[in-house]
Amino acid sequence: MSSVAVFSKASPFDALQRWLPKLVLAPSMFIVLVGFYGYILWTFLLSFTNSTFLPTYKWVGLAQYARLFDNDRWWVASKNLAVFGGMFIGITLVIGVLLAVFLDQRIRREGFIRTIYLYPMALSMIVTGTAWKWLLNPGMGLDKLLRDWGWEGFRLDWLIDPDRVVYCLVIAAVWQASGFIMAMFLAGLRGVDQSIIRAAQIDGASMPSIYWKVVLPSLRPVFFSAVMILAHIAIKSFDLVAAMTAGGPGYSSDLPAMFMYSFTFSRGQMGMGSASAILMLGAILAIIVPYLYSELRTKRHD
Amino acid sequence: MTSLATKPGISLSRIAIYTVLILAVLLYLVPLVVMLLTSFKTPEDISTGNLLSWPTVVSGIGWVKAWATVNGYFWNSIKITVPAVLISTAIGALNGYVLSMWRFRGSQLFFGLLLFGCFLPFQTVLLPASFTLGKMGLASTTTGLVFVHVVYGLAFTTLFFRNYYVSIPDALVKAARLDGAGFFTIFRMIILPMSTPIIMVCLIWQFTQIWNDFLFGVVFSSGDSQPITVALNNLVNTSTGAKEYNVDMAAAMIAGLPTLLVYVVAGKYFVRGLTAGAVKG
Repeated sequence: MSSVAVFSKASPFDALQRWLPKLVLAPSMFIVLVGFYGYILWTFLLSFTNSTFLPTYKWVGLAQYARLFDNDRWWVASKNLAVFGGMFIGITLVIGVLLAVFLDQRIRREGFIRTIYLYPMALSMIVTGTAWKWLLNPGMGLDKLLRDWGWEGFRLDWLIDPDRVVYCLVIAAVWQASGFIMAMFLAGLRGVDQSIIRAAQIDGASMPSIYWKVVLPSLRPVFFSAVMILAHIAIKSFDLVAAMTAGGPGYSSDLPAMFMYSFTFSRGQMGMGSASAILMLGAILAIIVPYLYSELRTKRHD
Repeated sequence: MTSLATKPGISLSRIAIYTVLILAVLLYLVPLVVMLLTSFKTPEDISTGNLLSWPTVVSGIGWVKAWATVNGYFWNSIKITVPAVLISTAIGALNGYVLSMWRFRGSQLFFGLLLFGCFLPFQTVLLPASFTLGKMGLASTTTGLVFVHVVYGLAFTTLFFRNYYVSIPDALVKAARLDGAGFFTIFRMIILPMSTPIIMVCLIWQFTQIWNDFLFGVVFSSGDSQPITVALNNLVNTSTGAKEYNVDMAAAMIAGLPTLLVYVVAGKYFVRGLTAGAVKG
């Protein structure tokens, strides 16, 4: 589209009209260049300095990254992210797909059921964390409920068990996000060409195998988007940890986002905190660059 | 609506499907039911009963205490959310309008740069942003939070409007331009009247995002300027004194009700925003 052709006579009004779109976009361009890219660069620079409570610009090379890799807490946080992210993505996908497939079977009250599955997504992670912290309370939460209901030997004290506390984060995060994944897949299922399914049915294939072999493989792009979104949520997870465990017991449930926050803002380790932020950015880039690349490529083929 | 089921009749598999779906409904509801039940119990009830036991006395004391603790922060959240939502939506609409109908050399590149903002881990901008707010004299103020939310909300709001406007036929705008209508006239007379659905999507998305924000709140505010999420977290995670779970749960409900209400009233737009935010590009 070209806006030039229309304005053959360049009166002041026309000139203004030609500049208006650029003027309107200018503040946002400034904000994006400075507030996004400039600030990333700034943080990147800080990660090469020995800044503690205040920024200082004394160059120390890769020393902060070396300290980070020597830091046991960072390794715990990274390992937790792998466990949390893997389980969260896997379980959420399975539940989301299953519920979507089941809901796609001419279910009565489908709208109502969908609304229930999706409501956790409207809540703050802090509210979710608060609720699940209470539900998983050792001695008073589900722990007690199931014993009261007659399961005498039931024990659920993961919240205070350093080896299992990460699973608590997984449970709460799955509860919050699985309805959303269900909604994504349901929308995908509604777009599947019905004639393919009818043909498979005439061939005598059973419904489960039609779904497994025909329908779900055709939803590969939805899988791709879902994994990307969930991985993105996992890497950014901060509120949930803050509300549920604050990283504890000890630092056994730390995630990188929590690590970054506490080292940068509570412990006065600005340099190392910045280094951890840059590594988080790297993780995000490793996920979205292939995604955006494939998105743009398929767009061009259309 | 299309469906893959053959004939809806009573069969074993349909009973199984309904059982799973209803069981899942109950499981999704449990945390909300537990929060509500606990919030209306007395501390004695909480220690003698269990999560799903009915309160022997229905008591509003939890809600009264919670409201007394968090009401100031609730208003902070409103003071932050309302202007931030309106401003970021307005800017997003104008940006989207330019990026779809008044493209110029470099505007596509800008859009690409902006898109990345949807994925940006905010940890990489927290420190410079807090230095900047400090320099502007906005550190630890609700105005500072409005500013931050507008800046880092722009990526999504612009994306919403740009993707919506791209599907509007060019001819409409071209004709108006030939008639001598200017940039803002076209926006006001032609574009804005057909934007209601996307405005709703954007408003609801931004409201949910900003109301639920914790990271910016905890980094850029302190004491009196904190939003409700930060106040709730402080309340729940203080270790002084006996834990009052009824107060905790009532406070959590207070923090969650505004977004829940919006979801119940305008769920359609909420879901559309989620999927629009999900399927980027």
